[in-house]
Amino acid sequence: MSDLTTAEANKNLVQPAGGIPAPGDKSNSTIISSSPYHGLWALTNRELKKWYKNPVILLLSLIQPVLWLGLFGKAMNFGAIFTDGAFSIPGLNIPKEIINQLGTMLMLNVFGTTDYFSFLAVGMLSFIVLFTAMFSGMSIVWDRRLGTLNKVMSTPVARGSIVMSKILSSVIRSLVQASIILVLAVLLGMNISNITAIGVLGTFASLALLSFGFSAIFLMLALRSTNQNTQMAVVNLLNLPLLFGSNALFPASFMPEWLQAFVKINPISYATDIGRQMLLGAGGMGTLAFDFAYLTAFAAAFSIVGIMLSWRLLTK
Amino acid sequence: MFNLTNVVMEMNGEMDANGGRRTIMQIRDLKKVFNGTVVAVDGVTFDVYEGEIFGFLGPNGAGKTTTISMLTTLLRPTSGTATVCGFDILKEPNEVRKRIGVVPQEYTADEDLTGYENIMFCADLYGIPRRISRERADELLRLVELEVAKDRKVETYSGGMRRRLELACGLINHPRVLFLDEPTLGLDVQTRAAVWQYIRKLKEEYGMTLFLTTHYLEEADALCDRIAIIDHGKIVKIGSPKELKDSLGGDVIELGVQESDDDLTPLISSVQHVKEVKRVSPSEYRIKSELGEVTAPMVIDALRSKGYRVNKISLTRPTLDQVYLELTGKSIREENGDRTQAMRQRMIMRRARS
Repeated sequence: MSDLTTAEANKNLVQPAGGIPAPGDKSNSTIISSSPYHGLWALTNRELKKWYKNPVILLLSLIQPVLWLGLFGKAMNFGAIFTDGAFSIPGLNIPKEIINQLGTMLMLNVFGTTDYFSFLAVGMLSFIVLFTAMFSGMSIVWDRRLGTLNKVMSTPVARGSIVMSKILSSVIRSLVQASIILVLAVLLGMNISNITAIGVLGTFASLALLSFGFSAIFLMLALRSTNQNTQMAVVNLLNLPLLFGSNALFPASFMPEWLQAFVKINPISYATDIGRQMLLGAGGMGTLAFDFAYLTAFAAAFSIVGIMLSWRLLTK
Repeated sequence: MFNLTNVVMEMNGEMDANGGRRTIMQIRDLKKVFNGTVVAVDGVTFDVYEGEIFGFLGPNGAGKTTTISMLTTLLRPTSGTATVCGFDILKEPNEVRKRIGVVPQEYTADEDLTGYENIMFCADLYGIPRRISRERADELLRLVELEVAKDRKVETYSGGMRRRLELACGLINHPRVLFLDEPTLGLDVQTRAAVWQYIRKLKEEYGMTLFLTTHYLEEADALCDRIAIIDHGKIVKIGSPKELKDSLGGDVIELGVQESDDDLTPLISSVQHVKEVKRVSPSEYRIKSELGEVTAPMVIDALRSKGYRVNKISLTRPTLDQVYLELTGKSIREENGDRTQAMRQRMIMRRARS
């Protein structure tokens, strides 16, 4: 009861000070936009500027997937097992055509495409998205340590925009990097006979959704963290299980049942599946509609939770 | 709770007594407890008037930064209320944020970006239209004399330049209240003086209220209109530097006279402004008085007129250091006496704050 009186008294007492500017006070000329999204682009742009102004980081981040693509994709030449004269059974004279036919069928059956390199190239697109998203949490840890986060929070920028800008910049970075990987893969011999504009657009849409979800998850993990080492440890702990527990490197049919079950809930599998269906014309593990629905739900759920947590956790 | 209302009523009465100055910030019983045990701010109540420079002084871990963090809406108080520019920090934090500028202790400018890009980034956070923000950025960069360096990356800036850039960024929204947390921490003496010059210039230019914390007592003494000394999360004294110094009992005059058996204490006590006289030795007296520079000659005259000769005199004015020492029990420079304890406290605080 008395609380209320105090609050009212405060208002009455101070309100005039807010209304009438003192002489020489220029604050009344301050124009502040009322849009709740102001600052979102400024924050996103800041992240992007730091990134594209430092091409070394971009190059370094591309090295790993390109190495995987080059070494893994070219060395694991599964197709070669079954091609001309790859093997012969003593006493049986199997015509080469039959062996080749058999090989093609086996490859199509297991990988959905006749060459492993193309199969892996699509998987690498998801890989680069996952890696970029994992490190998106690091920037918020740095911002907190350097005091930048506090500085931003003392401005009227919406708390949700702070998290959203980090997610957006991570999505944009991922897509740029994925484009570069795709071009490199084509140059290295990826099968492009089935590529269409719609296929490329659909693939990138799925990658964007994947990036949204994962960036939100890793940002949430970093919201209260002040220690970049913890964040690094979490990233190292999760990256390989997430990658190998998906169909990005190998088809799920290779795997034991318990791992297949994990592949089925891992969103990376769905983004990769979309890519393989739309870029390579391969048969997938689900329909395109289901894959997209799954990824959309994944992205939406974690972005919303991320924004809600940012309201709670950013202000202590 | 009920006496809070009374405080407000009294404040209403005091408005006129304060030369009609308006209250721009009201802090009432503000409290912050971290992790349920560490009491960082223990119920502070004070007012800040429009247009003044208000200084917050205290040893490390006294609660200065925590108080600033609450007033700038970064931390939620555990209990108590505060209004800034008439808006409640809990109920309308966004209205508060629009009207304040913050210059944090740390260097927050982005090293990878140029000075100009940094200031424009700040402008965008406030949603200031480009047309206006460009003009303001140029004006502010000129004021802090960073025009020449504005297109250089911040990583090439010196400490003083960075501090000036932070100042400019804090002013981009033309705030009514500017919060400065240790604005000269870690700067050398000349740079400190320069930074203060900028702060004063900016204040004159924009006519705002300044709320600052500092370690440097001389600075607080020279710059602040009013000072609050905070220790263990509580405000132990508040007033103008002069009031604080006067609270020690005024100036000290030490007097040497030709040795005599007469006790001159009654004679000296009769002089105007003299508050306390103590005979230290048969020929030495220690006088506490207000307006020492006026009183000292009057004491000499009084003694001479009775035929006593003064052969030695010294006048000591109290410093803020002495006030600080008396109130917090430690000199601001020796506050890390018990280092392990201080370190532990800082670690707790840091962890608690994160």
